[in-house]
Amino acid sequence: MFKTALRITDAPEGHIDFVTQMKSTSPSWWVAAARRFTYNRVSMGAAGLLLLIVLASTFAPFFSGHDPAKQYRKDGLKNGLPVGPTDQFVLGTDGFGRDLLTRLMYGGRVALLVGIFASGISVIIGTIIGSIAGLVGGGVDTLIMRLVDIVLSLPTLFVILLFVSLLKPSLDITIVAIAALSWAGPTRVFRAEVSSLREREFITAARSLGTPTPQIFLRHILPHLLPLIMIYISLGVPTAIFAEASLGFLGLGVPPPTATWGNMMQVGIGFYRASPIQIVAPGIAIVFTVVCFNLVGSGLRDALDPTVSR
Amino acid sequence: MTQYLLRRLFFVVVTMLAVSTLTYGLIFASGDPAVMLAPHKPGVEPDPRVIAAIRKRYNLDQPVPIQFLSYIGQVLQGELGESYYYRRPVRELLFEKFPNTLILAITIMVVALTIGLPLGMVAAIKRNTWVDRAIITSCTLMIAVPAFFLALILIYFIAFRMRLLPLSGYGTPLHLILPVLSVALPTAAAYTIFLRSNVLNQVSSEYARTARAKGLANTRVAVKHVLPNALIPVVTLASLDFAYLLTGVVLVESVFNYPSIGLQVLQAVNNRDVPVIMGSVFVGTLLIGLGNLIADLIVARLDPRIRVGH
Repeated sequence: MFKTALRITDAPEGHIDFVTQMKSTSPSWWVAAARRFTYNRVSMGAAGLLLLIVLASTFAPFFSGHDPAKQYRKDGLKNGLPVGPTDQFVLGTDGFGRDLLTRLMYGGRVALLVGIFASGISVIIGTIIGSIAGLVGGGVDTLIMRLVDIVLSLPTLFVILLFVSLLKPSLDITIVAIAALSWAGPTRVFRAEVSSLREREFITAARSLGTPTPQIFLRHILPHLLPLIMIYISLGVPTAIFAEASLGFLGLGVPPPTATWGNMMQVGIGFYRASPIQIVAPGIAIVFTVVCFNLVGSGLRDALDPTVSR
Repeated sequence: MTQYLLRRLFFVVVTMLAVSTLTYGLIFASGDPAVMLAPHKPGVEPDPRVIAAIRKRYNLDQPVPIQFLSYIGQVLQGELGESYYYRRPVRELLFEKFPNTLILAITIMVVALTIGLPLGMVAAIKRNTWVDRAIITSCTLMIAVPAFFLALILIYFIAFRMRLLPLSGYGTPLHLILPVLSVALPTAAAYTIFLRSNVLNQVSSEYARTARAKGLANTRVAVKHVLPNALIPVVTLASLDFAYLLTGVVLVESVFNYPSIGLQVLQAVNNRDVPVIMGSVFVGTLLIGLGNLIADLIVARLDPRIRVGH
């Protein structure tokens, strides 16, 4: 019980300096971080599974002979009901006689695209705006942080629903709507990070040499933010995938006949008694993808940020 | 203190004004509500006289800024307008559904905390044993399950196969069990993981070491010294979650057809019932703003290091 409490060799928590430990421009720091990541078996396993999911979605046409939108009304439906697994349809068909496995793989494309782009865009916005707030300070900082407070106290799903229902639902709108409501959290993180970096000696040194602020940001601050950017992007993907699936499930996501895990579940709900696999297959796909991103994200955090003890 | 409260409440009001402006702008940018309200027959243009009548009826014949100002004026008098669809005051519709939402939110929160906190504590005390690993593994899986997917699984097994509980609807405590579980279980999993890592961070801190050095037993250190400190961030998280729960868990409500504010917004979005959407976003923002304020006050109470008003 509480073994660390007895270990005298433990350095006092929070006193290991993450920033001075990393010489971010030197490749050896990244090599060491990559090695730390590969030692983490759980994260490596998750990364492997994630790679499989990415490959299966990206190369879906190579793995499946079916068109995801083609309705096999003759052999894909029996008395108007989806058929179970056969040689032709490995997981069976959906309520329109379309091949379930093929749609599952194509649905992965939408989930991954929305997840990575929405999370990436929101973290990049957060980095830029947060850095401006942290670097410039003063009234600009106050203004930005009040805006962040406002966005953080929005009833998120109501606003996304409103946004998506007023504009025509599409892949782009889904990504933009999710990103537009999730940049506030990252902005806070990056502002805090930048305003503490700003006080450090190497920044003072750069300033006293007359380096202009944009160059200080690009050459001296941004490299220190890269690990955080990677961590926050991978940890933001699950939220975006959840939001995309929710919109699809409500019929407000990427419109049919494009397959998404959310709209597959929406179609499947009509047949949940006869054929629960319609809901279970896309559901399990979401769970696995999200678990993988969470585990890879926490592995990245452990590998890139040694100050966080887990 | 009074000054602090006033400042915070003022900010809530500013947020609500900003949100209303944004919502209003979005709605009017996306099309003429009068045209959407007119009865549509496929292939036939709506009668311009009907549209003109609707404009007059709902004050839509005035310039948009004037409409907006008169809306704000109404809101300041506690009047949220009349639903286009139900022809009833929005205030009445929201009040009608609010008790259901409140019951659902409170039950979810109670269940999530009752499951999550003990599990998190046990996992931390038994850390790196099989108990800890079992808890963490199942929680890692559980937080990756979208609430609406869990809802569908519970419906299939418990309501449909075993016929233990009603499929959907509301009214009796039995109707609450499945919707509550499908939101509370993933939430509980998140609290478990969060509390565990907080406890582990606190255990190696200096005050815990001092307590142990005085010769206190491990369990006593854990319960008396570590737990109160580790709980503070969980309290913040839970109060924020509660505020979000009050704005509804739209997907789960729609799966169970549970009449609540979230489901009402979803229907309003589909009917383009602008006053209901506006009113709900407005009230949602108010609830979240007040929730944040209360969370900060509770945390300041629990943690004497945090001083409110500075």
